[in-house]
Amino acid sequence: MALRFAPIVTLALMIGPVLAGLIGTLLPAFGYMPVLGRSEVSLLAWRELFATPGLGRSIVVSLAVGFATTILSCAIVVLIAAASHGTRAFALIRRSLSPILAVPHVAVAVGLAFVIAPSGLLFRIWSTYLGGPARPPDLLIVNDNWGLALMAGLLLKEVPFLFLIVLSALPQADADRSMAVARSLGYAPIAGWLKVVLPRVYPQIRLPILAVLAYGLSVVDVALVLGPTTPPTLPVQILKWLNDPDLALRFRASAGAVLQLALVAAAIISWLLAERLVTRFAMPWLEAGRRTTANLLLRSMSYGLSTIIIVFVSTAFVAIVLWSFAEAWRYPNPLPVAFTFDTWRNESTRAATLLANSLLTALCATAIALILVIACLEKEIRYGRTNSEAAALWLLYVPLLVPQIAFLLGMQVLLITLKLDETFFALVIAHLVFVLPYVFLSLADPWRSYDARYRQVALSLGASPWRALLAVRLPMLLRACLAAGAIGVAVSIGQYLATQLVAGARWPSITTEAVSASSGGNRRTLALYAVLQTLVPLTGFIAATVVPSLLFRNRRGMGSA
Amino acid sequence: MNDLSLSPHATVDRLGSGLTLDQVQIAVGGRTLIALSATIASGATMTVMGPSGSGKSSLLGFVAGTLPGVFACSGRVLLDGRDLLGLLPEQRRVGILFQDDLLFPHLSVGGNLAFALPAEIRGRALRRATCIAALARAGLDGYVDRDPATLSGGQRARVALLRVLLSQPRALLLDEPFSKLDASLRASFRSFVFAEARRHKLPTIMVTHDPADAEAAGGQRVELS
Repeated sequence: MALRFAPIVTLALMIGPVLAGLIGTLLPAFGYMPVLGRSEVSLLAWRELFATPGLGRSIVVSLAVGFATTILSCAIVVLIAAASHGTRAFALIRRSLSPILAVPHVAVAVGLAFVIAPSGLLFRIWSTYLGGPARPPDLLIVNDNWGLALMAGLLLKEVPFLFLIVLSALPQADADRSMAVARSLGYAPIAGWLKVVLPRVYPQIRLPILAVLAYGLSVVDVALVLGPTTPPTLPVQILKWLNDPDLALRFRASAGAVLQLALVAAAIISWLLAERLVTRFAMPWLEAGRRTTANLLLRSMSYGLSTIIIVFVSTAFVAIVLWSFAEAWRYPNPLPVAFTFDTWRNESTRAATLLANSLLTALCATAIALILVIACLEKEIRYGRTNSEAAALWLLYVPLLVPQIAFLLGMQVLLITLKLDETFFALVIAHLVFVLPYVFLSLADPWRSYDARYRQVALSLGASPWRALLAVRLPMLLRACLAAGAIGVAVSIGQYLATQLVAGARWPSITTEAVSASSGGNRRTLALYAVLQTLVPLTGFIAATVVPSLLFRNRRGMGSA
Repeated sequence: MNDLSLSPHATVDRLGSGLTLDQVQIAVGGRTLIALSATIASGATMTVMGPSGSGKSSLLGFVAGTLPGVFACSGRVLLDGRDLLGLLPEQRRVGILFQDDLLFPHLSVGGNLAFALPAEIRGRALRRATCIAALARAGLDGYVDRDPATLSGGQRARVALLRVLLSQPRALLLDEPFSKLDASLRASFRSFVFAEARRHKLPTIMVTHDPADAEAAGGQRVELS
């Protein structure tokens, strides 16, 4: 019977903190904050906010980064998917892009900075082998004023993300047969894909695209590493006010967070309007009967772009590993002159604590998420899915669409009021908000496509519903459950704001440390935390594939599906 | 091995036993799929034929207790004098065989059989011996520790039937169980199934497209439209 309440409990845990947090942000924005002894409604915070020098530029850069990242990553993903569909390169691209999904944004950002900075790998190679100058050029590449480095860092993560989302949408769009029909009608591969597959795939990837848009507009951690500083993007500016010792700035921060929320809402609405416009102009093109595109050119571009992404991410990883073991590494040497374990040795005690904090949080949040998600899905099997539950599916995207800073700021206020700030409990709840949607989205498909007759067989053999779940369904879906768990751990490990604002002082993590080290001067320590950030999720994904293979090594029917 | 090891109840003659469908009606979305009364004696088979979508499988789901809530059902189903409809699927003791063997891929052949064996048969050794004996009867000596995925289609079908029989059902439902086997296997597996159903005195409902199945089963026939 308790199962019947699973969807409600899950939704409450996922949406509750977001709504409560938004209220906690909204009230101080209008001057109401009893914890600081202010309870009269006023617009003072807003006047201060709009009087901030550089605010306009912060907003423009945030919008530019959000839209540019989203449009570019969509275009690249469509190009790659259209050009490689049904070719042998397809599997290769999928296999090389998917590990990038596991690497936290911050680690990619740190690695990218090590590659493209004026003293980074690229310029070292230029100076050593291609006759470049002997000193690093005086250029502002990382933290540039237009957020180009920030866009690049986001693109490296969003392209693999959207590509895998498109992949999982292809079967439902009946892509292979649609392509066969289009080809038999004389359409060249890319033209065919754009005209018959994309229109059916798009509705399924709309929410993830909007999540990418919202994320690009409101990202904090990557922006702290790669983004502009004078002035910073809006969300970073809000965090700066929040961290200011002058508590009065919290009101301005709250107003800023409300503005951030409004910006994201406006951006999403504009995207949806633009969709309609594109559809209107695309329909005549779809029906015009032209059967070819510049196939060769587009295909070369798509392979080129995938290669660039893969090369950049792998070089970034090499760079952070090298820096964490580097002893002397002067410009323009492309490799360190000497290697040492000193960085790892000196940092080992602190790193072990932070790693333990991160792992404990990730495992708790993921375990709770898995239990809740399995309970929801099993409830659906036993009692059916009500219409309101089916309609509530888009609620899964709420934590991914609402800017993190907008509700975590208010959540911090509430936690302080409840004296729950800096507690492990609050930390796990905050992480759960982000872990739950991903665990649900990754487990729901395999769970629902599981052959219902296995359950009928188990019941008709006299097994109880619980035994049918524990002894038949869960072992058969072990691979999917562990994969969902690995995604949950990766998501939790990557959380910056949800750790920093909720329990950053008492429960610092490898991610909060990496971000704070990025503004310090020690590249080696920064590199070390970026390496840890990469290794933990990768280990999780490897374990999720290896463990079922070992457990079921004598069961051919349990092979990787 | 004697019959008792397979099913202690099988050799006991039960007076008034059998499966009775009493004014069973199944409707979905206001359309009546099935309206049927029938009695199937122990060891006899009723064959249900009809085009796809005629509700053949819904009838089996109704008897097994696994029909989704969207179906509106009425009537009674009596098995050996017991009304099944108030019972949960796992309490009904109605075995079902699908066109796919649906052996659990994470368990060995013996594990699949032991899953079905009632908990009252205690002790690891006895349970294993029971499974081995059952396999021997079906010509599958030495298969107890095998991975089901390494068996041939015909062998898997036989293991699936053994699994149902070991759960000591009181009735058997067959949902086109022969349609995926090749012609040569089909005849031999079909006679094996009916022989076992008769030997265990199981009232059986079979759903099929194939007139040859109905012929082999003998017994009454119902045509749905």
